[in-house]
Amino acid sequence: MARIRLSNLRHTYQDRPRNDGDWALKRLDLEWEAGSANALLGPSGCGKTTLLNIISGLLRPTEGTVRFAERDVTALPPDARNIAQVFQFPVVYDTMTVYDNLAFPLRNRGIAQAAVDARVREVAAMLDLDATLGQRAAGLTADGKQKISLGRGLVREDVAAILFDEPLTVIDPHLKWRLRSKLKELHQRLRTTMIYVTHDQTEALTFADQVVLMNEGTVVQAGTPVDLFERPRHTFVGYFIGSPGMNVLPATFEGGLARFGGHVIEMAGPPKTPPAGAKLEIGVRPEFVRFSSSGIPVRITKSSETGRHRIVETQHDDATIKLLVTQGHHVSGERAFVSFDPAHTQLYADGWIVEGEQR
Amino acid sequence: MSTKTPNQKAWWLVVPVVLLVAFNAIVPLMTVINYSVQETFGENVFFFEGVKWFEAVLHSERFHNSLLRQMLFTGIILAIEVPLGVAIALAMPRRGPWVSVCLVLVAMPLLIPWNVVGAMWNLLALPDIGLLGRSLNAAGIEYNYTRQPVAAWTTLIAMDVWHWTSLVVLLAYAGLSAIPDAYYQAAKIDGASSGAVFRYIQLPKMKRVLTIAVLLRFMDSFMIYTEPIVLTGGGPGNATTLLSIDLVKVALGQFDLGPAAAMSLIYFLIILLLSWIFYTVMTKGEAE
Repeated sequence: MARIRLSNLRHTYQDRPRNDGDWALKRLDLEWEAGSANALLGPSGCGKTTLLNIISGLLRPTEGTVRFAERDVTALPPDARNIAQVFQFPVVYDTMTVYDNLAFPLRNRGIAQAAVDARVREVAAMLDLDATLGQRAAGLTADGKQKISLGRGLVREDVAAILFDEPLTVIDPHLKWRLRSKLKELHQRLRTTMIYVTHDQTEALTFADQVVLMNEGTVVQAGTPVDLFERPRHTFVGYFIGSPGMNVLPATFEGGLARFGGHVIEMAGPPKTPPAGAKLEIGVRPEFVRFSSSGIPVRITKSSETGRHRIVETQHDDATIKLLVTQGHHVSGERAFVSFDPAHTQLYADGWIVEGEQR
Repeated sequence: MSTKTPNQKAWWLVVPVVLLVAFNAIVPLMTVINYSVQETFGENVFFFEGVKWFEAVLHSERFHNSLLRQMLFTGIILAIEVPLGVAIALAMPRRGPWVSVCLVLVAMPLLIPWNVVGAMWNLLALPDIGLLGRSLNAAGIEYNYTRQPVAAWTTLIAMDVWHWTSLVVLLAYAGLSAIPDAYYQAAKIDGASSGAVFRYIQLPKMKRVLTIAVLLRFMDSFMIYTEPIVLTGGGPGNATTLLSIDLVKVALGQFDLGPAAAMSLIYFLIILLLSWIFYTVMTKGEAE
């Protein structure tokens, strides 16, 4: 178990990167505490798998260092790093039994047969694989195979971190939940540092204590799931997390007051001073928009049920404002007024949040 | 369930296929079967002889010798071409600009017609003017494939390996390219040696294509005719008279239609049987 620290990291797959777009990972510094459960979240192609492969040692970063605890491992190959990795598609050694699959990493390291046997049985019991130990690995279902991949990481007692690269992609929906809770349970039991890559916000937010959200090779925000939900640092975080995503509305700023369509929007926190000339936006999640007796006049255009909630779409001039209304709340007529919860309304300049205090 | 009106017109749709199969398989085969149970003394007069020719062929020492030579030849070239082909495929680059260069170079021998290959090697190996034959003799190795059976065999095998290893290479390479990177990455993380990677990842993943490669090479080499007839003509003596060469000698050289027909059928059944055994053994345990 170790704290993982990446500093000044940059990576490109090209020989001669010309511009910013040629870098798969733009300069980033990140740190994961020992024993934490983490998620790397982002849309496809944002560089999260690249980052994961750099941590496991399958890729060597173009620039920067990777440290496990205090040890610099940047130049070390994967097998010298004590890393376990579970891939998107289950990797099992087809011709071996489940038992031999689990024993493989230990045997490769020349560990005595008795110790291998004890460890394999222990891990198999942990993953509910004990009944299938004698079977050929090729005959198992996708979730069984994924458990074997995970097991091959867990058998090694010296494992510093377990990395997951979208491990639930090929798993049936009804088994996803089960395997995910198994992972969570394992983490609580073993307290191994885990990093889980996914583009699915539900997977990330339910699994991790710390979520790193990436986009186009940069870290947009790192924080707890609650941070990311309640205080998105960038409008991208607002869009990407939450369903439906955050309302992002064009804004103006004058005399210390933010306005949307001429209406003053109240915001909590210290007074803000956005940089001059920046494109200003107001962000507020549908959860924090209410119908009210006065405020911003809107026209109701659409209403759809989600079961527990109803998503109501309204229109003010060209801007669409979405609201989450609890079931039973009556929406009547076509015209209404909405207001935003000041504690959860943020101002963004060129996409980035405008903090209250000046730095 | 007799609500459907029987309509037999659909049978007409099968007629083209039946005709095609009849003309390219059943009719010729029936002719051979017909010859194999009859004796003729010319003038298109035939006498029914039952299984006499089959018994004669099965008890003939000449047939036994040809069959043994054939099995030895096929065994040797399989033992060389399959491991060599896999080794070359493993050594080929997996990506980059050299991939296509390697593939074209490897595929080249496959594009050359059989009789040209025979003629090429004939010229190459001639002891007095051939590049290979002369060099060997100049180096002090006595080499004359038209007189020494061992030299004839060596040349024949070298020629087949040169001509057909490429097929194994291409198939094995296709099998290797189909292995996702994640397998190699997992093996790296598991600390597997390159031997273990070959044994537990590459070989199992290549099994299917190697089965096809072995089957194709087996059938092809068991029926080989053109190259040895051009190179050695079955000699010296009968040293390189493989089954098909012997068959042609019987059928066209001696015009013994009955024994030749019986021999063809036995030949055909041997290939069928051995292919079936190969296939069954190599695909065993894949049913799950």
